[in-house]
Amino acid sequence: MRQKLLPIITALAILSGLPMASAASPEQDLKKFQNYFKKKFPKVKWEEFANGVYAVDPIGRENWEAIEEFPPYEPFIDEGEEMWNKAFANGKHYKDCFPDGPAIAAKYPRWDKAKGMVVTLPLAINNCRKANGEKPLKYKKGKINSLLAYIAFQSRGQKTHVVIPKDDPRALEAYEKGKKFYFTKRGQLNFSCANCHVQNAGNKIRSDILSPALGHTTHWPTYRSKWGTVGTLHRRFTGCNKQVRAKPFKAQGEQYRDLEYFLTYMSNGLPLNGPGARK
Amino acid sequence: MMKRKSRVLVTAAGAAAILFGGLVIEPAVHNSAHAESAADAGKKIAFSRKKGNCIACHIIAGGTSPGTIGPPLVGMQARYPDKSKLRAQIWDATKANPITMMPPFGRHKILSEKEIDQVLAFIMTL
Ligand code: HEC
Ligand code: HEC
Repeated sequence: MRQKLLPIITALAILSGLPMASAASPEQDLKKFQNYFKKKFPKVKWEEFANGVYAVDPIGRENWEAIEEFPPYEPFIDEGEEMWNKAFANGKHYKDCFPDGPAIAAKYPRWDKAKGMVVTLPLAINNCRKANGEKPLKYKKGKINSLLAYIAFQSRGQKTHVVIPKDDPRALEAYEKGKKFYFTKRGQLNFSCANCHVQNAGNKIRSDILSPALGHTTHWPTYRSKWGTVGTLHRRFTGCNKQVRAKPFKAQGEQYRDLEYFLTYMSNGLPLNGPGARK
Repeated sequence: MMKRKSRVLVTAAGAAAILFGGLVIEPAVHNSAHAESAADAGKKIAFSRKKGNCIACHIIAGGTSPGTIGPPLVGMQARYPDKSKLRAQIWDATKANPITMMPPFGRHKILSEKEIDQVLAFIMTL
């Protein structure tokens, strides 16, 4: 075990370009990560990072601003509102699971001490459904996106503030796993997430400009022209894994939940602005 | 496959064939036509999304929508007098730079050894 782990960790330490050593605390990582992007894009205002690639691509941005005039995700928000208000077969509502709802996006992902795992919003939604005798929704495509769109819209303006509680070492472990995932090269093409979205953010890969990792989690679900509909963050993770010819992981499985935990923590302080629209 | 290749050869060696009449199988001509076809095959690989896709990261003469991740591929012959160094960079770029973005085309079998030689023949013309 030990022998297997070592090379990965050394690789990680060198890999980052920003040297996020694995011994660093999350607070130190956060500072380094955010400063790296502030320095790399000195003209981009802080809140602008929530707009993804359009913070660094003036041409794509014009197009996007035109699209946002008549947002393609709007019908999904409406459908999500209906879902939120409709009673389950047992007469209960989502509100019974989420008394502070529907504006609850900023509470996720969070460390659940009792369950000993990272709980994301889609997972919490399905936990609620199951507890009320309803079938769980699919995690990448379909109806869950409508409900998430409504919740995201109601949560606009809240700030990302993921907490890594100090009283449970397993939370830090989950964070570290997500971080390791982000910096590990994988697939036949041998890319890490960081290769594209840290090291080469702002560069063009063929004709696509690569977005900075900072802000990647603020606007889900997102309507993608390529998808022709709204999809979840884990659907996007799947796509980014596939394009390097790596086998994607399961949506809402441990790997992607830990990845979301790390990645969202890195955007702490940024406003939530979902649902999003991207090309 | 063979047919298409020979058609390429015909255009490439066409002028020579006309010039030399029946004597086309003169060795020098045969060699240069052969080299040209390897470079042609290499060019296709370098520009193909499914194969080398070098254009995704490098500016390469003759290619459209190049990426900006790697340096422009120009003056290769002058900059790499030792051809094996150039081949090594394509075969496994992580040897020279462990955090490089460039995929290890040989080590990860993204391209076959033959395809790598073809790409090499192509970029030597740049
Ligand atoms: C080969 C390059 C590449 C790799 C490797 C890669 N991505 Fe991406 N990613 C892209 C491109 C291109 C896009 C679409 C344009 C953009 O927003 O950057 C994108 C988009 C995204 C988005 C959506 C951004 C938004 O604003 O909506 C997220 C989130 C994301 N990637 C996460 C990841 C994660 C996590 C990994 C690793 C598992 C990863 N990416 C690996 C190229 C890559
Ligand atoms: C995803 C990005 C990417 C792809 C695809 C890619 N490269 Fe590169 N390449 C780079 C980067 C980045 C460098 C800079 C050196 C380094 O980091 O290894 C580089 C460097 C090189 C060099 C050395 C250049 C110099 O100036 O000395 C050569 C030669 C080269 N690449 C050839 C190729 C060929 C041939 C292909 C396709 C078969 C290819 N590359 C595909 C990213 C890429």
